[in-house]
Amino acid sequence: MATRVDFWATLTDPLIRQNPVTLQILGICSALAVTTSLATALTMSVSLTVVLTLSAVIISLIRRHIPESIRLIVQIIIVASLVIVIDQVLQAYFAEISRALSIYVSLITTNCLVLGRTEAYARHHAPFTAAVDALGNGLGYSLVLLVIGAVRELFGRGQLFGWQAFPVTDAGGWFTPLGLMLLAPSAFFLLGGLVWAIRSWRPEQVEAQEHLPPARTRPAE
Amino acid sequence: MVEPDWNPWRRLLALPNESRTKTIVVAFLVASICALLVSGATVLLRPIQTANRAAEEQTRVDALVRGIPGMTDLLTQSGGTLSTVVIDLENGHAASGVTVDSLDVVLADTSNWTTLGPGTDLAGLGQRPNFAQIFLLRGGDDISLVLLPVTGLGYGGRIDAILALRGDMNTIEGIAITSHSETPGIGGRIEEPSWQAGFPGVELRDETGDLRFAVARAQASGPYEVDGITGATRTGRGITNMLRFWLGPDGYGPLIRAIERGEF
Repeated sequence: MATRVDFWATLTDPLIRQNPVTLQILGICSALAVTTSLATALTMSVSLTVVLTLSAVIISLIRRHIPESIRLIVQIIIVASLVIVIDQVLQAYFAEISRALSIYVSLITTNCLVLGRTEAYARHHAPFTAAVDALGNGLGYSLVLLVIGAVRELFGRGQLFGWQAFPVTDAGGWFTPLGLMLLAPSAFFLLGGLVWAIRSWRPEQVEAQEHLPPARTRPAE
Repeated sequence: MVEPDWNPWRRLLALPNESRTKTIVVAFLVASICALLVSGATVLLRPIQTANRAAEEQTRVDALVRGIPGMTDLLTQSGGTLSTVVIDLENGHAASGVTVDSLDVVLADTSNWTTLGPGTDLAGLGQRPNFAQIFLLRGGDDISLVLLPVTGLGYGGRIDAILALRGDMNTIEGIAITSHSETPGIGGRIEEPSWQAGFPGVELRDETGDLRFAVARAQASGPYEVDGITGATRTGRGITNMLRFWLGPDGYGPLIRAIERGEF
């Protein structure tokens, strides 16, 4: 490669500036489904980051020998195998959390984020660079998941990682849990709010308007 | 002049990526390595997963027993634990020569399974074991509660459950779903306590002895029905068939008659 890669920028860019969830809107489905509590959000984040990094390294290692015609199948097989292995490990050592995550760990296979990174980046870069990029994207995804998970668990149950942060009214405290926070729509609201907040802070992320409203014409007299 | 390379690996790598040989070989290699990886992980981790599932089933049985009113008192009276019995499903007696510990080994032998014919196989199992592990709770001299493990076929696959029957052998005391693969949010709601709360008090047979239990299509009507789950007709039918099979002559029928005769 002619230019030297700035590893620090590769690692930190996907955290906010190029965040895969809030900027590219990838991996939304799992981000909505597993964020009802911090523990599941954290497990999902770690699983996705591990799968993403490992698959990026493997695909980057064999990148010069993947035939163009079957490259997507090869990538998906590698990702899917890693996902199954991770799922088995979770079922063996974190049975409780694995049940809470149910099918969403297996669905990492179809997470656009993983295939997007391997297809767009790992296929053209050396293993170490690809690993750094994958790790950065995994961390960016994790950051969004943890933020949404923390808000949902805190306001939905008054807890953080199962620890009672706010005393709830049922137990004689002052905090009435917001049931909505535990339902899927609230994740949409929070994610939408997060995207709006980031784009107001960094206006360069705002996408160009695809459709302009038709110019108003005066009705002919 | 360059010597031709006789190392097949290097010759393969040197092929253009688009060549047919290389495409097939790369696809084959990737698939084989991934297959090895996946099966390796599954085989290595299976013992731990099985132990996890057993522990989970135990907690579900405990929760089922605890959820039954007055059960805790009964348990402390009878010494705190349920007695576990391995029974021979054929005649309903306690199995001779098979203990709880040796049950797994015995059931690994296919000769200890009975193939079910199309007319009798209500639950869609294909075959059933000849021996089953059940739990009994005695109040005084009589049996006050029986826990029967049952298996059936739902919409998404196998459903495993534990049914608790009162001492009269005709009234359900509760049910615990130990594993299932129904659609989350629809058939998967069979694992919710709110649905399972419909079971206690439901009767199995009418005066003539016919098995009348069913999961209703909608609201339960009559003493033999449990509310259905909206959108989960096939799951409900699976539960109905599962309990009808296991409480019938090919399931625990002989055991139930033996208990009614006072043999336990």
